[in-house]
Amino acid sequence: MNRPAALWLAVGWGGFALLPWYGVEDGFWSFAWLFDYPAGADAAPALLQILLFGRWWLAPMVLALAAPLVVLWRQRSDPLFSTVLLAAGSFGTVCFLVQGFAIGLGGWEYATLEAFFGPLADRQFGMGYGALLVSASFLFLFAQGIAARGAINGDGFVIGSIALVMALVAAFIFFPVVRILASAFQDNDYNFVPYLFVEKLFSRDIWGVGCLTANVNCGVAWNSLLMAIVVGVSTTVLGLAFALLATRTGFRAKRLLRLLSVLPIITPPFVIGLAIILLFGASGTVTQAIEAITGTTPGRYIYGLPGIWLAQTLAFTPIAFLVLIGVVEGVSPSMEEASQTLRASNWRTFTTVSLPLMRPGLANAFLVGFIESLADFGNPLVLGGNFDVLSTSIFFAIVGAQNDQGRAAVLAIILLAFTLTAFWAQHRWLGHKSYATVTGKGDAGLHVALPRRVTWLVYGSALPWAGLTAVIYFMIMFGGFVELWGRDHSLTLRHYIDAFSITTGAGGLVWSGAAWNSFWTTIYISLISAPLTAAVGLLTAYLLIRQKFAGQEAFEFGTMLSFAIPGTVIGVGYILAFNVPPIELTGTGIILVICFIFRNMPVGVRAGIAAMTQIDKSLDEASLTLGASSFATVRKVVLPLLRPAVIAALVFSFVRAMTAISAVIFLVSANYDMATSYIIGRVENGDYGLSIAYSSVLIVVMVVVILLIQLVVGQRRIGRRDEAVNVAFGAGGAVG
Amino acid sequence: MSIKGKAAAVRFDGVSKHYGPVVAVDRISFEVQAGDLVTLLGPSGCGKTTTLRLIAGLEMPTAGSVFIGGDDVSRLPASARDVSMVFQSYALFPHMTVFENVSYGLSVSGVAKAETRDRAEEGLKLVGLSGYGERLPSELSGGQQQRVAVARALVLEPTVLLFDEPLSNLDAKLRRRVREEIRGLQQSLGLTTVYVTHDQEEALAVSDRIIVMRNAEIAQEGVPNELYEAPRDLFVADFIGDANVIDAELVQRDGDYATVRVGGRVDLRLPHRDLPAGPVKIAVRPEAIGLEASEEGAGLTGTVTQSTYVGNHVEYTLDTGLGEIFVADYQYDALIPAGSRVQIAFRDRGVTLLESQT
Ligand SMILES: Nc1ncnc2c1ncn2[C@@H]1O[C@H](COP(=O)(O)OP(=O)(O)OP(=O)(O)O)[C@@H](O)[C@H]1O
Ligand SMILES: [Mg+2]
Repeated sequence: MNRPAALWLAVGWGGFALLPWYGVEDGFWSFAWLFDYPAGADAAPALLQILLFGRWWLAPMVLALAAPLVVLWRQRSDPLFSTVLLAAGSFGTVCFLVQGFAIGLGGWEYATLEAFFGPLADRQFGMGYGALLVSASFLFLFAQGIAARGAINGDGFVIGSIALVMALVAAFIFFPVVRILASAFQDNDYNFVPYLFVEKLFSRDIWGVGCLTANVNCGVAWNSLLMAIVVGVSTTVLGLAFALLATRTGFRAKRLLRLLSVLPIITPPFVIGLAIILLFGASGTVTQAIEAITGTTPGRYIYGLPGIWLAQTLAFTPIAFLVLIGVVEGVSPSMEEASQTLRASNWRTFTTVSLPLMRPGLANAFLVGFIESLADFGNPLVLGGNFDVLSTSIFFAIVGAQNDQGRAAVLAIILLAFTLTAFWAQHRWLGHKSYATVTGKGDAGLHVALPRRVTWLVYGSALPWAGLTAVIYFMIMFGGFVELWGRDHSLTLRHYIDAFSITTGAGGLVWSGAAWNSFWTTIYISLISAPLTAAVGLLTAYLLIRQKFAGQEAFEFGTMLSFAIPGTVIGVGYILAFNVPPIELTGTGIILVICFIFRNMPVGVRAGIAAMTQIDKSLDEASLTLGASSFATVRKVVLPLLRPAVIAALVFSFVRAMTAISAVIFLVSANYDMATSYIIGRVENGDYGLSIAYSSVLIVVMVVVILLIQLVVGQRRIGRRDEAVNVAFGAGGAVG
Repeated sequence: MSIKGKAAAVRFDGVSKHYGPVVAVDRISFEVQAGDLVTLLGPSGCGKTTTLRLIAGLEMPTAGSVFIGGDDVSRLPASARDVSMVFQSYALFPHMTVFENVSYGLSVSGVAKAETRDRAEEGLKLVGLSGYGERLPSELSGGQQQRVAVARALVLEPTVLLFDEPLSNLDAKLRRRVREEIRGLQQSLGLTTVYVTHDQEEALAVSDRIIVMRNAEIAQEGVPNELYEAPRDLFVADFIGDANVIDAELVQRDGDYATVRVGGRVDLRLPHRDLPAGPVKIAVRPEAIGLEASEEGAGLTGTVTQSTYVGNHVEYTLDTGLGEIFVADYQYDALIPAGSRVQIAFRDRGVTLLESQT
């Protein structure tokens, strides 16, 4: 008997004949459905759905589950074995998809089908665990069929993994994006109305240039572009200044700069915006100082482009710093020395050799800042005022009074076009250089000292900025202890008590603080999604680095794509795609977990790629020739050696799940509210004290959890390769 | 408990391996007898490693079939083949101790704990490393690491053992010792072994048979002295030892031998190798040429253009009517200075007709 095939077939039958086919109310794990099981229409498995409830469209799948039984005892090398598995797997998948998409909440989804088959008395809901297992079974049976054909060394585990990752990426990245594209052509009642698309695409509030001539707002697309360019330039310049400061000057407090580079990782971006309000808002410290000195009231000057620019530059400069420090260090000293031996002065060496050599790196840093800025949602929401940008407009198109899905889709497409163009440019310019590992070859020589003018410029820009950053973080950490910022500066614990009080009630401890609910949800969701994200990411990295298969480049592009898809776009896509059958997930915690997995997966992929390129491939091969399957090889050889990358991926996915806002804000529900969206809600109510208190708690919790993860996953036994972690942190510049 | 060989024969039947447009192995066929040590020898990039990986199952042939012990294993993955490999880099798992490394193959294939331990101990003893079990590979010398790699491969009692340039990371002295150890183990256990090297001396020293490869094909196959004494063509002659290739003429054949006339003057009796009468090429080892300093004589003559003293012999470059000739003289009395006229004589051994004229 072929064991893997038998296993997956058993899984398939289990899903078909035992588990509820449709998603059950109250969630599967509540087990409330057991009362209704197995003969209730909601909880019945597929087999009974066919027999008792006449859902005949599920019947063809029986065929696909029965056929493999016939060949289970045949040799793997028998052509019939692979043919039957391939046929069953693909036929089953097609049946599964067709019935899922053809029949929905209102019966037939397509009028042509209704006309052909006649109206359907019945309808169906979102799929559940039974359907999940059956579809997984089809997928892996298909993979076993390919393996039996001898592709990729006949390795069922590798082929299954490829199929799994492809299916997941298709379902949770491509499908939502396609749904956006589709709904851009639809009105709110899902009718196909192409002229509406054209109308919305070219509407004045997107592309208008009225601000140039009259005193009206420009289109959101121009606003977004302008903001992204300004932020890209300023983060690049400041990032370069910090990188030069760290590597080319005698600056003493270099460790502090390292700290600076970790901060944005653990800070939800909009928290910076919050601190800026406390400083420059209507009753902010600086505003009041100006009032006191000049006697005039500056008003809401910070809202709009200046505030967003300040917040984003503060938030994203450290990312540019991380990108550029590698670039600055990468300029070979021997080039600079060569220039000097040709009698060039320091200044000329810097401007004619060093800077041009850094040009691709600078372009990269700019593009990273550009993409980050476009994708940022929290800061424009908090500080935007009347200055609308794409990411916030998308949000308001969905949740606001407009509730215009078509408009949200059109805006999302424009935003996606911007970021994808930048992403594409980045890839073209830099190719795969970002993966290159440091070779062991030492490049002798010392970097040439910076010309004096440049040194002053570096100090002059970097130090004040570092000071401002310090002030901002001081505000974040201590703003929560002040009664009412700007009005009443008496110290208080009130905000912390409001948010995190615990009282003893009748049933013991009561988590009575307002923040506990969202706090625990956040921790819980982040802790669930971190290991899953790391697993999917590292598995993908393993497939990319250690295996060769047809279509590998497309595979890589697909998995890295979600890096370039702004969170708001994903949020809209998920709402459009997963609000209705066949996959009905909105309002659950699962959709948050899935969203995090696929938004953060590239981080795991990069960490894995960076670490795996440093591990000799012959280690895997040695394990294979010693009789270990590739699954055992991954478990016993690759994973233990990847421990630093595992830590990096875990930490990153955890932290990013805790700090994410842009996609999350579309997906939270009353039951599953996340900390960031809760804080944003409070900010909108002007409740700054509690917001900042909550934010500081989040930051502290993240630091603690990071340390804990490091402790639990443990130290490496072969003390080397710390780099992987750093590489991963360096690559962490992703879209917010 | 002791480790035995379960030798099986290996056969390649028209095997090719393509990487996209690159042809790494081109329709090669050969057979390795059970219990033999066969070396794959050839210049860099000729496809030796690829051939070895095809046996191991780390690559699948693009065409043709691989047989081990009579079974077609062409589509079997590495983990399902009863083959072990010692890698050039040793590929010891850095996060496992020496003992864990050696017992890895046994434990992943589900051998009982006690037996695993016994066999791993046995394996370490076999390579003279008992008592090193608790160390990490990074705490061993290069030679010791190499032996751990061998032990790790041996404890599985593979039907075929593969070595990819196992000595290239060792220094010259150690290389000689380790290769003798490997050969000793292989012979005492009766293992079928395929051994890749690009060092001809190593190949001659350890092999039962040698397969010389060139450009993804087999150039010649045979026992060591056959390859040295009777290379088929210039490539093999030149790759295994040095050789002067000289134009000559096959005058006539009688029995197994032929009369071959060199330079129109000197007749040699050489095995004819099925060549017809007419122009031929012969390969002459540098040490198969004797020199005598004298102006004229009946034989071939030449002028010394360069003479170099290198310790245990003297090297000469001669300018002759047959072209430039390289000579290594191990029996010299006195150095012949450059510019001298010399008489050239061929010794009995080390001169052969080349079968292939290219
Ligand atoms: N994975 C691969 N992809 C593409 N080409 C390859 C690959 N592996 C090997 N080749 C090519 O196949 C040919 C044979 O390679 P192989 O490794 O077998 O050479 P080799 O004889 O072992 O050389 P060396 O003595 O340098 O180790 C080379 O031209 C090599 O470039
Ligand atoms: Mg090789």
